Amino acid sequence: MNIWIAIGVTAVGCYAVKLIGLLVPAGALERPAVKRLAALLPVALLAALTAQQTFAEGQTLLLDAKAAGLGAAAVALVLRAPFLVVVAAAVVVTAGVRALTG
Amino acid sequence: MGLSGFAFGVTSAGSGLSVWQTCVLSLLVFTGASQFALVGALAAGGNPFTAAAGAFFLGVRNAFYGLRLSQLLALPRAVRPFAAHWVIDETSAVSLAQSTRRSARIGFTVTGLTLYVLWNLTTLLGALGAEAIGDTDAWGIDAAGPAVFLALLAPMLRTTTERAVAGLAVVLGLGLLPVLPAGVPVLVAALAAPAVLYVEGRRRGEGRRRATTDTPQGEDR
Repeated sequence: MNIWIAIGVTAVGCYAVKLIGLLVPAGALERPAVKRLAALLPVALLAALTAQQTFAEGQTLLLDAKAAGLGAAAVALVLRAPFLVVVAAAVVVTAGVRALTG
Repeated sequence: MGLSGFAFGVTSAGSGLSVWQTCVLSLLVFTGASQFALVGALAAGGNPFTAAAGAFFLGVRNAFYGLRLSQLLALPRAVRPFAAHWVIDETSAVSLAQSTRRSARIGFTVTGLTLYVLWNLTTLLGALGAEAIGDTDAWGIDAAGPAVFLALLAPMLRTTTERAVAGLAVVLGLGLLPVLPAGVPVLVAALAAPAVLYVEGRRRGEGRRRATTDTPQGEDR
């Protein structure tokens, strides 16, 4: 049930922000400070999410095979690999390290 | 987005959501980063509202795409509620790259339709695939989510400001994780954005003050 509540709230919220952008008069959100904050918000969220999903399990911090996987993804990004290769590198290296360390 | 719907399907099913729940997410939410954030937060044991809040804040950027698109596409009011669902990173990038309104409208529609169909089909395949292979962790699937976030984040880290925000957010996100309820630390980490902007603004203010007080001294000499 909790999952359905989360899905419902997310669907409504994400749709609402998309629609607001199309409906509000031009210029309403065009203030430089607002635009700047809107551009930086995803940076903060994505950075925190990347770190948490790599270095934590539930509420415990840990260092496991995922760290190696993310390292591989970072290398792929530096080499300008396509999006799917970046994700595949993370998955394959994580699985590989897990298989080796059992 | 495109084929990464597959990665989302696998991750979502691997996080404990059913195939049906996974597909409803892709059909109704249709903005990749928010979906990954939501299933990640649910898997970590977050309550539904904090999990949804993280997904929501990631989706806020779509409002700013919509702002630019509404001027460019000039859609009739009746069409906007339908077009809104397709306002995402990719459709915005394609539409904004066009030189005429006509080609922008075509670009938006073609990209929107293609990605919507692809994203939902690949989500279904991914979710079914995850159910078939069972233990998704053994296949390293749990690394797909953070890799997607990293791939989205990397091109945004252009200046010191973005890097400072990212660095502070990582510290807050990891540091608060053991002490705050699941899903809350990422919301606190989002405050890294206004915090860094505030410090930056103050610095610029100070610099300007110093510049104005410096000039008279310079004239004295």
